Parts: sequence; C-alpha cells; structure tokens
Amino acid sequence: MMCETCGKKMATVHWTEMVNDAVKKMHFCESCAAAKGLDVNNPAAFSDVMLGLGAQKEPAAKERDVACALCHMRISDFKKTSRLGCQACYDTFAEELKPLLEAMHKGNQHVGKVPAHQEAKGTAKAGLLPSLAVLRQKLEGAIAAEQYEEAAGLRDQIQQIVEKVPAVRPRQPKVKE
Amino acid sequence: MKVVDELLKNPGAWLKIGAPPGVMVSSRVRLARNLEGVAFPGWAGEEESLRLWQDLRPILEALPGCVAPVTLEMEGLSRVDKEILIERHLISRDLAEKGRGSGLVFKADETAALMVNEEDHIRMQVMSPGLSLRGLWRTIDGIDTDLERQVRYAFSTRLGYLTACPTNVGTGMRASVMMHLPGLVLMNEINPIIKGVNKIGLAVRGLWGEGTDAAGNMFQISNQTTLGEKEETIVSRLEQIVLEIEEHEKHAKARLIQQKEISLRDHVGRACGILTHACLLNSKETLDMLSALRLGIELGLLREWSASMIDELFLLIQPGHLQKVEGKVIGAEKRDLARARLIRARLTGKGVERGRDG
Repeated sequence: MMCETCGKKMATVHWTEMVNDAVKKMHFCESCAAAKGLDVNNPAAFSDVMLGLGAQKEPAAKERDVACALCHMRISDFKKTSRLGCQACYDTFAEELKPLLEAMHKGNQHVGKVPAHQEAKGTAKAGLLPSLAVLRQKLEGAIAAEQYEEAAGLRDQIQQIVEKVPAVRPRQPKVKE
Repeated sequence: MKVVDELLKNPGAWLKIGAPPGVMVSSRVRLARNLEGVAFPGWAGEEESLRLWQDLRPILEALPGCVAPVTLEMEGLSRVDKEILIERHLISRDLAEKGRGSGLVFKADETAALMVNEEDHIRMQVMSPGLSLRGLWRTIDGIDTDLERQVRYAFSTRLGYLTACPTNVGTGMRASVMMHLPGLVLMNEINPIIKGVNKIGLAVRGLWGEGTDAAGNMFQISNQTTLGEKEETIVSRLEQIVLEIEEHEKHAKARLIQQKEISLRDHVGRACGILTHACLLNSKETLDMLSALRLGIELGLLREWSASMIDELFLLIQPGHLQKVEGKVIGAEKRDLARARLIRARLTGKGVERGRDG
C-alpha cells in the first residue's frame, strides 16, 4: 500500500480515527506521518495528537508560559512531551490541564483508593504535597495588599519546600528526536 | 542473559496448560504510582533515576506479593532479551528504550511485575489466564498497600494518584482482558462491537497494546478513563462488557457453523495445511493461521491440539523468542524460515525445532 499523502513511498503508519461515529483509516509513509506530527516511535503520542495534547499550534499572543516552582518545567515543555515534570505541575498548569482532564475522564474528582498515609493526614489538608500554587497565590495576594510581613513568611515557606526536595532540580527538556 | 533464558522454559503467566479453550485468553491489571517529591522519570535526570531505582529495588524485592523475585536492570540487557520481556508482557516497549536507572522486579512465575522508571516511577501489574479481573484487582491492591507502608506516593485528594501523563491520573489503573474473537471477525460483526465499546469509554487494542494491530483475531479490551470512578466500578463494568462480547462471539460462532460450515471447515483446514507444510512463514500470516487453528479447536473440529498449545505458539513465534530458540540474532527472512520450522515441528511432532545453520 502506498502513502496516501505523497503516493511515492510504502505506507507503514496506519492511523485509525473516529470521525462522527465512522471509522476513518489513513495510511502514511514514515516521513509524511512525521510531517503530520505523528510520532511513530512513541505510539502514546498518537492519542495525544487526537486529544490535541501534542499539537503545536501557533502560540496565542497572551498564552502564559509559567514554570513549575518545584521542577521548573514550563507549559511549553509539557506541550512538547505531553508528560508532566512532577506532581506540583498539576497545580502549576491547573488552568491548562482542566479542559484536558475533563475531555479525558469521567469526572474531575478522584473517588478511588486513597493511600493510608494520606488518610492519616486527614482530608483537611487537601491536595498536593506542598501546594505551591496555593502558596504563590497567597503571596501575590499579600503583596497586592501590601502585607509585607505575611508575604515574607510565605516566601520563606515556598523557599523551604523547594529546598526540601533536592531530588527535583531544574532540567532541560528532553524531547524525543 | 541467563535469567531471561530461564523464562523460555515456561509458557508465560497468561497461559494455563490444559485449560479449556475459551474466548477469554488472559486478564491484566496495572497501577501507575509515583513517589512524593521526586520528578517524574521523563523529567528527572539519570542520577535521580538511578538513586530512585537503588532505593526502591530492595523494597520491591521484599514485597510479600512478589515471591522469589527476579530483578533485571535495563542497562546491559541485550536487544533480544528486551524483546522477549516485551513479548511476555513483562515490560513495555517504553521501558525497553530506557537505560541506566530503569529496571524490573518480577515474581518468578511472571504473574506479577513491577517496572521502575518507565513513564512513572512505578508501574506494577498482575496477570492471569482467563477472566479474573476482580481477583487481580484484589491482588494488586494488596501489593500496592504493602508498598505504600514503605514509600510515600504523590497523591492529591482531588486528582488521586498523580501520574506523568494526565490520561492515567486518578486511580492510575488500567485493567484489560485479551479476547480471541475469530467468530465476530469472520462474520464481519467486529467493527460495530469495537465502535460500541469505544463509545462507552473502553479501548480496543491489539496483542501487544497501544498502536498494534489486532493480528490473530486477538483483541485487548481495557478501560480508557481513570478519574471519577472507583477501581471496583471500572473493573465491574469492564467485566460486564467482556462477558457480553463473549456472548456475541458465541452467537457468531453458532451462526458461522449454521450458515457457512463448508467455508469454515475450509478456513480451518487451509490453516492446518499451511502451518504444517509451509517453509517460510511471516509473523502476521502465522498469527492469522494460528487463530484459525484455535477456532477449529474451540469448535471441536480439531482434536489433535489444545488451545493452550496454540497460545504458547502465539508467543514462541515472536521475533525475540524465535531468536532465543535459534541461539543467535537473525534477520526477518531467516526468522520466517525458523518460524515455519518451529511450527511444523510442534504441530506434527516431526522434525527439529531449531536450525543447525539458521
């Protein structure tokens, strides 16, 4: 079978997609598949393309490129790999993740198993280990309200958390070739 | 590697020798877990990964659910050894691509395996022949609970277990059942089933998971979503659906005999002829022919072989296993020769399984 884009090379990438309840099959050669953004060596990336996760769209003028305070991953890194850098990324990129999670899953609240160490902590302390996003938000609020003493306390708290986790250091993104 | 060679003496965790031939070939449940405060493997550096592997290794080896553990590090494993582990569903293709700091600890009988530093810090799975999702969930839940006494997981009360890919967040659980569905394929009824299954949030894949073709009429049905439902709910729904598919398959087989008996017998007979006489067999053709043989056995048309023997051949004719049997790395064409020879020997009881000169 020949590639349906260039018609010159053998089609080795076979792509099945659901379009309006109909199964649509497409066949590409490896180079045309790569040009379409289908990573042949990483089948997981196929589903990402379908979900628009890996899509490299023109960045909107005001698109934010925040970095995770814990692992320094940026949203642009996440868009390249479709994988998050650490647990705190779920906080940092909450805004970007929300529509993705809603499209992928059946709900937005975990109702399954809870690890014993988490249960012991109680439900009052919700969420991620050091909820950095929350702290940062508070910090911004404190600065805006000119409560500098509180802001200094919060800044130290953030610093402490980041230092406490030596395993997480800034890193250059590893993008598959 | 010696450890990998040993594996070939056994038929693999999802095969039960002597079990009645069934539509349900095997079941699997896996959990994705990450440790608190450590970057996910794809973002962490080699040093961190290595440290994590060294920390986790003794803990995993001491798990009560992992009796007689076998440990393998990805660094230093040959291509063929990695292929064999993939073919036996002990590791993923992703893990095979990793090097230093990534590894595998598995129970000697291959029913439980824990990958370290794949996409997530820990990917644990349990496997068994036939349909046994509830039992497998209980087993892996137990292993997970033992493990969480010794490590702290990255967990959020809102999003559950936090994973590198947002598609796994929540329970981090993927449950799947491998089904042999030749009746539905031959009666041209498989596509509406796949569509229906997709619509209710389940995925259908081929023999070796994501991105693979449903060769040999083997289909892997698994849950797609992981957030918003309890593990038990996900497992029960999957179980209910695969039982329904099994019913459809039985009806399709009954109609096949009623409406197309001659072409059915022809289909099975041709497969017998080709498998017992061909000198060159590629992987795809072989899987399809073996499926026809299995169908013949399931319908009682063939009595000289058992379904589990055919299932074992499904595994032995894969490139990694073939090369191991041959004792050397061989190219695709020589593999076709070796594959035909192995199948002939197994099915007829005549000839040698292994080539002397390739």
